[in-house]
Amino acid sequence: MQSYRIKKINFTDVFMWVVGAALLLLIVVGSFLTLQEEKYTAVQWFDLAVFGLAQGSVYALIALGYTLVYGILRMINFAHSEIFMSGAFIGYFAASSMQKSGFMQENPLLGILITFFVAMTTSTVLAVLLERIAYRPLRGAPRLVPLITAIGASFFLQYVFRGLFGTHNRAYPEIEIIKGTVPISGDFQIQKIQIVVILAAALMMALLVLFVQYTKTGKAMRAVSEDKAVAALMGIDVDKIIVNTFALGAALAGAAGVLYCFMFRIVTFYMGFIPGIKAFTAAVLGGIGNPAGAMLGGLFLGIFESLGPTLFLDGLGIPAPYQLKDVIAFTMLVMVLIFRPTGILGERLSKTKA
Amino acid sequence: MTDILTATGVTKQFGGLTAVNNLSIKIPDQSISSIIGPNGAGKTTFFNCVTGFYTPEMGAIHFRGNRIDGLRSDQVTQMGVSRTYQNIRLFSNLTAIENVMVGYEPHLKTNWLDAVFHTPRYHNDEKAAHEEAIKLIRFVGLTGLGDQIARNLPYGAQRRLEIARALASKPGLLLLDEPTAGMNPNETVEMMHFIRNLRDSFGITIMLIEHDMRLVMGISEQVTVLDFGEKIAEGTPKDIQSNPRVIEAYLGRGAATEGMAAATGKPGKPH
Amino acid sequence: MSSIQQQNTFDWKKTLQIGLIGGAVGVLIAMVGMVEEFNKRDIIAGTLTMGWTILSLTMLVTGLFAARAAASNASSVVGSIVAGTIFGAVMSILVWIVDKYNIRDILVNASPTLVKHLTFEKGIPNGLFMLIGLGAAVGGLGGVIQILPENIRRAISLGLGIAALLGLLQEIIQVSLANFEGASKAVEWMFGKGTEKGLSLAGAILVFVVVAAGNYLWTGNASKISAGFEKLPQSSRKSFRWLGYGLLFLALIYLPVVLGLYLTEVVNVTGLFILMGLGLNIVVGFAGLLDLGYVAFYAVGAYTVGVLTNLSGELTLNLGWNFWLALPIGVALAVLAGVALGVPVLNMRGDYLAIVTLGFGEIIRILALSDFLKPHIGGSQGIVNIPPPGFLDVIIKTPQTLYYLIVAGCLLALFISSRLRDSRLGRSWKALREDEDVAQAMGINLVATKLLAFATGAAFSGLSGSILAIKLGTIYPHSFALLISINVLALIIVGGMGSIPGVFVGALLLAGMPELLREFAEYRLLIYGALLVVMMQVRPEGFWPEATHKRELHAENAEPQAEGGAA
Repeated sequence: MQSYRIKKINFTDVFMWVVGAALLLLIVVGSFLTLQEEKYTAVQWFDLAVFGLAQGSVYALIALGYTLVYGILRMINFAHSEIFMSGAFIGYFAASSMQKSGFMQENPLLGILITFFVAMTTSTVLAVLLERIAYRPLRGAPRLVPLITAIGASFFLQYVFRGLFGTHNRAYPEIEIIKGTVPISGDFQIQKIQIVVILAAALMMALLVLFVQYTKTGKAMRAVSEDKAVAALMGIDVDKIIVNTFALGAALAGAAGVLYCFMFRIVTFYMGFIPGIKAFTAAVLGGIGNPAGAMLGGLFLGIFESLGPTLFLDGLGIPAPYQLKDVIAFTMLVMVLIFRPTGILGERLSKTKA
Repeated sequence: MTDILTATGVTKQFGGLTAVNNLSIKIPDQSISSIIGPNGAGKTTFFNCVTGFYTPEMGAIHFRGNRIDGLRSDQVTQMGVSRTYQNIRLFSNLTAIENVMVGYEPHLKTNWLDAVFHTPRYHNDEKAAHEEAIKLIRFVGLTGLGDQIARNLPYGAQRRLEIARALASKPGLLLLDEPTAGMNPNETVEMMHFIRNLRDSFGITIMLIEHDMRLVMGISEQVTVLDFGEKIAEGTPKDIQSNPRVIEAYLGRGAATEGMAAATGKPGKPH
Repeated sequence: MSSIQQQNTFDWKKTLQIGLIGGAVGVLIAMVGMVEEFNKRDIIAGTLTMGWTILSLTMLVTGLFAARAAASNASSVVGSIVAGTIFGAVMSILVWIVDKYNIRDILVNASPTLVKHLTFEKGIPNGLFMLIGLGAAVGGLGGVIQILPENIRRAISLGLGIAALLGLLQEIIQVSLANFEGASKAVEWMFGKGTEKGLSLAGAILVFVVVAAGNYLWTGNASKISAGFEKLPQSSRKSFRWLGYGLLFLALIYLPVVLGLYLTEVVNVTGLFILMGLGLNIVVGFAGLLDLGYVAFYAVGAYTVGVLTNLSGELTLNLGWNFWLALPIGVALAVLAGVALGVPVLNMRGDYLAIVTLGFGEIIRILALSDFLKPHIGGSQGIVNIPPPGFLDVIIKTPQTLYYLIVAGCLLALFISSRLRDSRLGRSWKALREDEDVAQAMGINLVATKLLAFATGAAFSGLSGSILAIKLGTIYPHSFALLISINVLALIIVGGMGSIPGVFVGALLLAGMPELLREFAEYRLLIYGALLVVMMQVRPEGFWPEATHKRELHAENAEPQAEGGAA
């Protein structure tokens, strides 16, 4: 017998719908006003978009680390942002020493590869140590405990790096072959570094997808994310897979660190915090636990964040809209978690209510 | 006799899986009835629909004439429905008495200000909750264990504590989900008497999900059989025992064609 | 493992492992700069510096762990000595490297000064031999401590700990006791002379002996005393309690007089954290909702008071209101913010809740910093010229006067927290924390319960922020960083989640101590981070746990649910 649903509409739902609608209105009106003013040229929009794509690629790489670990352990590795930072940091030492010795100038390609190698090794080692020391003993603990551990680890790592390496800003050396721009047509051009970032990230993501889909370890990872107990019964060494997952996510984050620093140059101990949160937002946006979602979410967030302030905040007359760039990302996080907690591509893993 | 609970055409789906399919049940007031069926038949899902944990996609559930499907579980409890769980879900780290006191919630009126200023209302509520909790703890046979941490109680005691907690809200309808799981035959018989006593003394309507046929056939006035989310039989225990569809669902086609076979006393639970 | 097997085997591998890990930790401590920085302060005047204390402690713990890994007493001590030696060796290698090669560009603390410190100014190789020797000795000591019976071990540890603590706090103690004539002689004897810091050697030994012996004797008799106390009739127990409260109250009133200006200021800062801690304790500890954006309410309280009372004339609102009028508004707005934050996160759990609330906190901070809102709330320059309020005849400006305001706030929060904890709402929060779905099934309205938690927590934080505004007279957005939220979270966890006395313990340790011991400032968050990680491993219920939490976090140690067996 078909009958109508009693949908109890409560105050809190209304509140959220109003807020959501207001934000949407803000975006639409703001964009309209900005575009109407015709303050920005097509070239400028293009630049912003490409920049957003590049930044989004970095977010995507970091987001993969979050999503892979969440898929396996159902926890947010809060310290992942420091894994990212560690790769960038140690990669810096490699890059700058090669620059000083002249090696980098003579063999730029090799130099870059070595930098990546050093960065990714560092981040992987650190992540594996973290898992072994801090997370593994807490496997069965109530949820709050590993989360607090992760928060503690995050701050610990930040300040250890600060203590070890000091507070002065260091800058990645400028590498000749990736300096400058490549013209496209007319006034449109792309920075070489942006091309490198986008392509490198895309390559790594493709490799990851292949790995997870077709290799034995990759399949084992998927099995463990689905159901740890059953995977163990099938003979999979769950601990080893968990370590592998951490390592994989960390390697990507380390690479992301190098790419990020190619673009933004400055290396500091706190550089991981904001990109970390954005990457997490991206992972949730795409659907936590879903690697494809993380990639998609990263790219989307990067572009939205890059275009956003100029597109809809400027039109509303907000001074210095780029200051509120992060607010856009955080607001997006909140909205996604409220209205579509399973993300764009939906959670691959069913999150049953209790 | 009126029906305290009526479910009409209830359907609950999870993605592509239909857990409960077009289920209609009438539960007479102050009766003891059971829902049985193989594992995965949708019994607990149905309970969850009644208590508001799930909202059915189709159909309606009425309690004492009021529509309850779609309400939140706290609203359903406030209306007089209470339950226990298949895998005991006590507040493990609270004491037994604290557990039962939480169950008394629908009868508490203390608010934030009362609590801060220790108004008469606060004192009355605390006293009433405490007394009721002690009374119920004695009633279920856990006298003296009130200050024990729920997690540390033996299994049987935990089951009884859960029932005490469910009774604290003074429900009109009590849903018991596999109350005798893990119990030996003696304990099962005790539970049988206990359930009957509940109904006789307090006039509570009781619905059971059970696998122990002794219990089911022993105290149920009405038995509903589910398989794959659908009702395949309903009636008195006697009717059910000789229903070939029921036998088939539990024991497979072969057993059904062998003719009458009582589920009672058969070794091993259906899986 | 059978004892027969263990008697003669010596687990070289494990011992080596422990020694290496210990040494690595020691290296880390040195390279992060703690040795140099902490060596500026003496624990025992002229003899033992804080830096060496930390290193020695690490050696001790290394020896302790090595001893634990061994089976027999003999091999325990041997193992601990070996581990300590390895520790010393690892550190020696570090020192040698730092001395030989210039890696200062990379590791900023790899300086000749560090070499000087670590070789006891005796240079290489003599200093290194001493270092290794120290490692062996202290490691061995750790091993010895490990094999001692439990009560002696506890007595010694406590003795050492209290002695170290007193050495650290030498300044406060000297200042406080300076007000009392008779004490000055004792103080002079026990502590360093003149500008020397820390305890004197004699003083240290005395403290150690007194505390250790006292603890040893006490544990034997403690149960007798508390049993005796329990036996007293209810009425006299109650009067004892009231007597205790009365004494405490008197102490509170006279504290600023005793402590003097500087220390009262330290107490004030601690007090503001206690106030915030009591609030977050409700949200995280009682209700189990991990709010990482807690600093937002602090900001709302502070900014509201700042905007409403400031006399700078630079902001759009130039009202110059009275603080006592602005205060309730500040708290009310904080409560509103708490509800506004709570509504969107009602359906979120655990990790998600944490991240989203963190996002909120950051949004508030960025908005406070932005040019967009600058005309109204001051942007990166903040709000200046917030006048101190008056109360009766007094202007609340000095640390002493602020002290009473802050204490009043803390007492209010304490009162409300305790009352709520022992009520329907408190039980609902506990149930919510245990199992949200079942709590709802019991008839608890989750929306109201959660929002009340957020609102109450926000209220306390807003109160704290409001007081901060007039305490400082100016507010900057930089005071409202995530770090504050983490600081408050750390202190309630260290004290014990959900435990009201724990908030006080945590605040004393993580808000009070850093104010006193300035050397720690550089390493504050490093220590907090490490503390959080370590505590979650060994003592997640905190130092003064709330009963329920202690059970929850040691679930593995609970008795198994045997059928028919009694608990």
